[in-house]
Amino acid sequence: MNEILRTTAVELAAKIKARELSSVEVIHAHLERIAAVDPDVHAFLHIDGERALQTATRIDTKIAHGEHVGPLAGVPLALKDVLTYAGAPTTCGSKILAGWIPPYDATVTRRLLDADVVIVGKTNMDEFAMGSSTENSAFGPTHNPWALDRIPGGSGGGSAASLAAFEVPLAVGTDTGGSIRQPASVTGTVGVKPTYGGTSRYGLVALASSLDQPGPCARTVLDAATLHAVIAGHDPLDSTSIDAPVPDVLGAARSGDVAGMKIGVVTELRGEGYAPGVEQRFGEAVELLSTLGAEIIEVPCPHFVYALPAYYLILPAECSSNLAKFDAMRFGLRVGDDGEASAEQVMAATREAGFGAEVKRRIIIGTYALSSGYYDAYYGQAQKVRTLISRDFERAFATVDVLVSPSTPTTAFKIGEKVDDPLAMYLNDLCTIPSNLAGNASASFPVGLAPEDGLPVGLQVMAPPLADDRLYRVGAALERTLVGQWGGSLLDRVPELTVVG
Amino acid sequence: MSESTRVDPVEAHLALRQAQHGHGQARDTVPYEEAVAAFDPVLGLEVHVELNTASKMFCGCSTTFGAEPNTQVCPTCLGLPGSLPVVNALAVESAIRIGLALNCSIADWCRFARKNYFYPDMPKNYQISQYDEPIAHDGWTEVVVDGDTSRIGIERAHMEEDTGKSLHIGGATGRIHGADYSLLDYNRSGVPLIEIVTKPIEGTGAKAPQVARGYVTMLRDLLRALNVSNVRMEQGSLRCDVNVSLRPSAADPLGTRTETKNVNSLRSVERAVRYEISRQAGLLRGGGRIRQETRHWHEDSGVTTSGRSKETAEDYRYFPEPDLVPIAPSRKWVEELRGTLPEPPAVRLKRVTSDWGFTDLELRDVISAGALNAIEATVAAGASPQSARKWWLTEVARRANEMGVDLEDAGVTPQQVAEIQALVDNGTINDKLARQVFDGVIAGEGTPTEVVTQRGLTLVSDDKALSVAVDEALAANPEIVEKIRAGKVQAAGALIGQVMKAMRGQADAARVRALILQKLG
Amino acid sequence: MALTPSDVADLAKLARIELTHAELEHLAPQLEVILDAVARVSEVAADDIEPMSHALPLTNVFRDDVLRPSLPREQVLAGAPASELDRFRVPRILGEEA
Repeated sequence: MNEILRTTAVELAAKIKARELSSVEVIHAHLERIAAVDPDVHAFLHIDGERALQTATRIDTKIAHGEHVGPLAGVPLALKDVLTYAGAPTTCGSKILAGWIPPYDATVTRRLLDADVVIVGKTNMDEFAMGSSTENSAFGPTHNPWALDRIPGGSGGGSAASLAAFEVPLAVGTDTGGSIRQPASVTGTVGVKPTYGGTSRYGLVALASSLDQPGPCARTVLDAATLHAVIAGHDPLDSTSIDAPVPDVLGAARSGDVAGMKIGVVTELRGEGYAPGVEQRFGEAVELLSTLGAEIIEVPCPHFVYALPAYYLILPAECSSNLAKFDAMRFGLRVGDDGEASAEQVMAATREAGFGAEVKRRIIIGTYALSSGYYDAYYGQAQKVRTLISRDFERAFATVDVLVSPSTPTTAFKIGEKVDDPLAMYLNDLCTIPSNLAGNASASFPVGLAPEDGLPVGLQVMAPPLADDRLYRVGAALERTLVGQWGGSLLDRVPELTVVG
Repeated sequence: MSESTRVDPVEAHLALRQAQHGHGQARDTVPYEEAVAAFDPVLGLEVHVELNTASKMFCGCSTTFGAEPNTQVCPTCLGLPGSLPVVNALAVESAIRIGLALNCSIADWCRFARKNYFYPDMPKNYQISQYDEPIAHDGWTEVVVDGDTSRIGIERAHMEEDTGKSLHIGGATGRIHGADYSLLDYNRSGVPLIEIVTKPIEGTGAKAPQVARGYVTMLRDLLRALNVSNVRMEQGSLRCDVNVSLRPSAADPLGTRTETKNVNSLRSVERAVRYEISRQAGLLRGGGRIRQETRHWHEDSGVTTSGRSKETAEDYRYFPEPDLVPIAPSRKWVEELRGTLPEPPAVRLKRVTSDWGFTDLELRDVISAGALNAIEATVAAGASPQSARKWWLTEVARRANEMGVDLEDAGVTPQQVAEIQALVDNGTINDKLARQVFDGVIAGEGTPTEVVTQRGLTLVSDDKALSVAVDEALAANPEIVEKIRAGKVQAAGALIGQVMKAMRGQADAARVRALILQKLG
Repeated sequence: MALTPSDVADLAKLARIELTHAELEHLAPQLEVILDAVARVSEVAADDIEPMSHALPLTNVFRDDVLRPSLPREQVLAGAPASELDRFRVPRILGEEA
């Protein structure tokens, strides 16, 4: 594999700025890699090669003229196909948006472009971000580079897989119930969900408005932190965005000093349903943190057991409303318009043809949960449970600096294994969901391979709202020590992908 | 009724249904006086006000009326995937001021909510509105009808966004029925609206239609004084839905109400209420039931017709808008805004009553004609209160009635009325000629002064010309001249008439009289 | 929580999705299972607990009443399935305007 592909984003940026490498050759190398392996991995739905090379050329010229460029200038990045990028298709993994070209950029996209990052393409995802395996994509699943017959996680499986396959060093995903963290966990990469409101949702096609957050995905902690600093921050176009400076994630990532930190292990997030290898590697990682000077404390969070049920009421309710705009009238798919059918009929036929099974399930549940007579018992009650979960976190963070747990109960399962069992699929989000409900910052860091199957295991760190930097502090500590133990990045052990052609 | 005493129940039922469903005058409508004698009407009025903010409720697109279609839209008001709303501060300020002017409590903390339903003019297929947490609630206002003051409870005033506009193509009337397809313009989508809902208005009896009209008129004047809206009903910046129900007496529980839309002018408000009372009374008298439904007012035929009857009420599945954060107006801000309110209607009424010196009857007429604003503006432009009243309640009112529009839409402004009076005052024209000036102004020929010039309506003040006409009249009527010389001065009247005719009315009658008498010694 | 195919059909109508008969049959039991699972939220005695809509207690986020550029009309209509006279063309609408 071309050495360029194994270089971290931060190092690439430094080399490009120093003109040891040109952005153009970096982009070329990655586009070649994508062409070589993506037929097997299927991380991408759209490659924006021509525009990427044009951008790269422009950046090289800027640098040659001594103009100021951003900290990740010239580095390639993959954008989850749920974020708008004007001029490129945004499908959200759905037939109903096949071919839709948005006329505007998401704020996150705009910040990346302004920072001279090179967006090379849009990545695959579970349809409208609903899923934990990317099997719900209308355009076929993405395959985990660790084992092509396994899921890469979801809903952001494409972003995570593109990193693990060395197709790009940076990706931006979105996390509603674990869609950044769980894929990161099962692909051995780093994925971060900022504090709710930390990153703008303007241009993020909404799933559950009160839960969604865009976030950085990378292979290393420092790369993720650098990306985090570029995309996060207040946005006047998003009323729910936080009007405060971005926490010092870079400083924390560089420091990685956990001595004296109080780390809480969540009592409820273990035991039945958790794979032995996951629990083992998790335990080892916690032990490691202890040797690095952190104090480990057991922390019960009794209401976490209600997180999954509350989530699967709040999300469907909000998404049933958010997805109502897909009605064939102004954009997207239109089916059944034969000149006789009414608008109502065309709407219903289009949504029937354009939405997949999981999307339909959640829309129906959401419609039910909000309907008169049921609101109080379902949605209303779920929002109260949410308060209780928040209070569990508050109480916990009064005694510890961060909480940790496995990122997901299992390693990557086989494609097709859980598709017919929605409830079983939902259990993948057990560990990640509480943070979405409470809105606090949370991330997944790779902590090893499970002995039984050799597949990646992730450790989840959870920090209080606005304390995103603590995530990076713990992640950096783990990475430094583990990489030392492993003799290199965990991802050095990804099997060589058969190069097509 | 027919001479047969046996009525086929099926036929009777069919006749009733026909009356219910048919267009045109329902056969079983009871005369209004009978209707209000037999039943006690209860009203509910819902008024939507389009605010005059420069930008929309949740985005920065312009709200200017009449722009080219789809040139004032952005991802947010077009409801594109990924778009988000951000609240317009001025809209919130206007909402609070409206609430205060209606004596409402302003919420300490409130939220927006989504009202979910599918309709092509609503890009997100939900409307961002307010549900159980309106920004203003539990207020009151007063309406004066024929000297009687009614206190009307205000249930709530809340913020929401307007929808786009549809053109229905292919049907006979341009309305939705029978259309082949529709065309959507989203310029209006997202324009800020304030919805003001009254509490049930009881105890108005036979005056219900006037009270309804009086309320909307008062509200219009209030909103204009607050400067929060253009309040042009014919442009749609002030919309009114009227709810009407009947019950046998005030002691009985409320009856089933109907909601009537497409009430596009003040006079429509009065007429629609009146019609609905008659129609419902007729139905009830005939043993029928009132269906809870939305009806459509037809100004041309003067009836309401049934819209699509909803068997079950639409379930809007309201929930708090997750893309917006709560609004918590500080009490300090609220009090600051209270300081910006114009004088309350009752106080204003007192003031103009004492300033203008109208009699009670004159005042009543002014109020029921909805002319208070117009007269005040005319006085401000320099006319005397009495002259202002005269013109608005005679010339302008007559023409407004002929055209079937409200007073203020007759085509003449308060400034123009003042100008006309000024022309009379300075002797350029007289009252009679003024009527022609009104014609000209309303026809769009220009300002009053321009019309006078263009139509050649100036009073002849030149004695020489008058003198010639007088001499001619004197010469032509020797018998009358005799009578006058004999002392019967009143006989001059006929001569004056002739001179006026000869001068085509462009003479000051008093001057003519003086000239006649002067010449006859 | 007994959810019949007919119940699902009613919900699908509200949500404007024309589910096939097979889908209705298939979905009803699936949804029932899910609803039973989520009904767990009612186990928590939360009468005196305030519902939470947002992670952070933000209030009063406003924008000034200033104009921002609108989209050029070609871009507005670019994604439209059908357009005519600079407007979005949609099939005949059955329902009354609200």
